[in-house]
Amino acid sequence: MTLLEFARGPALAFALAVFVIGVLWRLVGVLRLPRRPDLSPAREGAPSALAAAWHANVRAMWPRSAFAPSTHFITLNGYAFHVGLALIFFGYAPHIAFIRRVTGLSWPALPDAVMYVAAAVTIVSLVLAGAIRLTSPVRRTISTADDWITWTITFLPVLTGMALSIEPSARILARERVLYEGPLAVHLLTLELLLVWFPFGKLMHAFFFVFSRGATGMRFSHRGVRV
Amino acid sequence: MNTTATAKPAFDRQGDQSDEARVDAAMRTFVSEFGITAAVHLESCVKCGLCAEACHFYRTTGDPRYTPIHKLEPFRRAYFREASPLAPLVRKLGLVRKPTIGDLEQWQELLYDSCTMCGRCTLVCPMGIDIAELVKEARHGMFVAGLVPERLALMDRAARQWGSPATPGEDLPDILDEVSKQHGVPIPCDLASADILVTAAPAELSEHTRAMAAAAKILNRTGERWTMHQGGFDASNIGFNNGDLELQEKLTRSLVDTAVKIGAKTVLLPECGHAYGAARWEAARWYGRELPVRIIHMTEFLDEMIAAGRIRVEPIGESATFHDPCQIVRRGGLEAAARRVLAALGFTLVELEDHGLTGFCCGGGGGVVSNQRAAPLRARVFEMKRQQVDATGAKRFVTSCGQCRITLETGARIAKWDKPVESLLELVADNLAD
Repeated sequence: MTLLEFARGPALAFALAVFVIGVLWRLVGVLRLPRRPDLSPAREGAPSALAAAWHANVRAMWPRSAFAPSTHFITLNGYAFHVGLALIFFGYAPHIAFIRRVTGLSWPALPDAVMYVAAAVTIVSLVLAGAIRLTSPVRRTISTADDWITWTITFLPVLTGMALSIEPSARILARERVLYEGPLAVHLLTLELLLVWFPFGKLMHAFFFVFSRGATGMRFSHRGVRV
Repeated sequence: MNTTATAKPAFDRQGDQSDEARVDAAMRTFVSEFGITAAVHLESCVKCGLCAEACHFYRTTGDPRYTPIHKLEPFRRAYFREASPLAPLVRKLGLVRKPTIGDLEQWQELLYDSCTMCGRCTLVCPMGIDIAELVKEARHGMFVAGLVPERLALMDRAARQWGSPATPGEDLPDILDEVSKQHGVPIPCDLASADILVTAAPAELSEHTRAMAAAAKILNRTGERWTMHQGGFDASNIGFNNGDLELQEKLTRSLVDTAVKIGAKTVLLPECGHAYGAARWEAARWYGRELPVRIIHMTEFLDEMIAAGRIRVEPIGESATFHDPCQIVRRGGLEAAARRVLAALGFTLVELEDHGLTGFCCGGGGGVVSNQRAAPLRARVFEMKRQQVDATGAKRFVTSCGQCRITLETGARIAKWDKPVESLLELVADNLAD
């Protein structure tokens, strides 16, 4: 078995299994914890819990003007690598081909030029995020190993993917066989590392943030406060 | 100069538990707090550090230890080691260190001296983590471990014995009699039956007796059947601030049970922020079901009485700025009510740069006002507030929380700032129209 066959076969199956089971384990484990009911009478005119949770989720997408400008850069930078990663993963033609092979699903790809810009923005913003964590006394104080492991593991697929993006995606997909087997295997393995790490570190915020924002929205709306 | 040798450690201890017993007690209590809400909050943090920018203690010192989420570090560790779905793995692999007695002692300052549970950080958090609520829950563990600032512990012991950190209940009739004579206003006490049970904050039974008299003057004007009662009179609830759940329940029950006993439909809370947090939003938790009485803050009462035409006020017609008490506005929802009362008083409101939901705390909430260790921090926060007040150019400076007033008055005294901090309640009482 070649390294690429390993990455495409057992390693991928293992990573996906760990990802799915791990995410479910952690999500269900938290969501089945007891909830203390709020028996206090709600403020007159308080919206429904669902409306409050929805509003809080939307409201938290951008900081209030009272917290500008100090919060804007961190927020923008966060959006830059989140959107960048999403564009790269879901918009790059070879990635869509990979997803089709695994799941049977596919959709139109974005032009390569968009991918190059997205990749550049993602790399710059990830470097900035790391630099801020390293140099800001606040971030240094609150950072744990999880933050650095997650940062590294998120960065690796982008870097190893860039090493493969040396020619147009149409030409890559037109080939009968993979030209750069080794680098592609490494790229896939870094993605699988990300999938395996996902349920164990802070990447789980991708699932939990909706509940966290919603819980605060419900608590505050009950009191007549629009957070 | 070597200050290390002489510096007083920023922690106190109560009781004679061993270090191990303290850590175990704190961990057990932390774990008991981990329901779904605390868990989703702790699971969502990405350590972005934005909460620092919202915290008055960080903003005025630049000390990264005051980053709000950092104040929860032992609590966070307890969650991931003992309660998270990955806890067995975390413990087995030693991925998260168990808090030590040294950690808990160190964090006493961060949980009690440098957090007012004002919740400004909650508003800035992109994950919606209610850090203030988690700090309150972490304090429960610290209290059980006997690791509370001694000044707060002293007040706790007094309140456990007397039902108030200010005075024993049996002294209430004499105190009210004195206030009544001093201010020339009748204050009913211990009536067997009334519609409103009126409560006080400790300061209103000592240095802020004018506020007590002001409440009485307004209540008498409305013609309501009201009384104060030694069975339940202090609404400030020091247990809520200290993390003493037993005391919180006891003080809460004393208010509700007394109201039920005298047939009151309403419990009227004083101008006190944490009283509102403890009674309005948490009393039902201790009662175990919906409360048989309505609990309202003095600001709501004034707003309702003015709106209903039960009292009328003479307009003052000057400019004023308003300090929003965190527990009443940001965590209580009474932002508009206070402003309606100010408008009724004819004030031209000049808002502080940071006001309403995002207003800065006075620096003394959450028991910090009573914690003498935190005085230097409070002074820094006061300076920020003073600058914002001065920048408005407003002639009057008003607030609706007695604890905020004490904090701001103390700050003003130290800074030799001559602007009086006025009570919304007293302004209404002083300007009642005939």
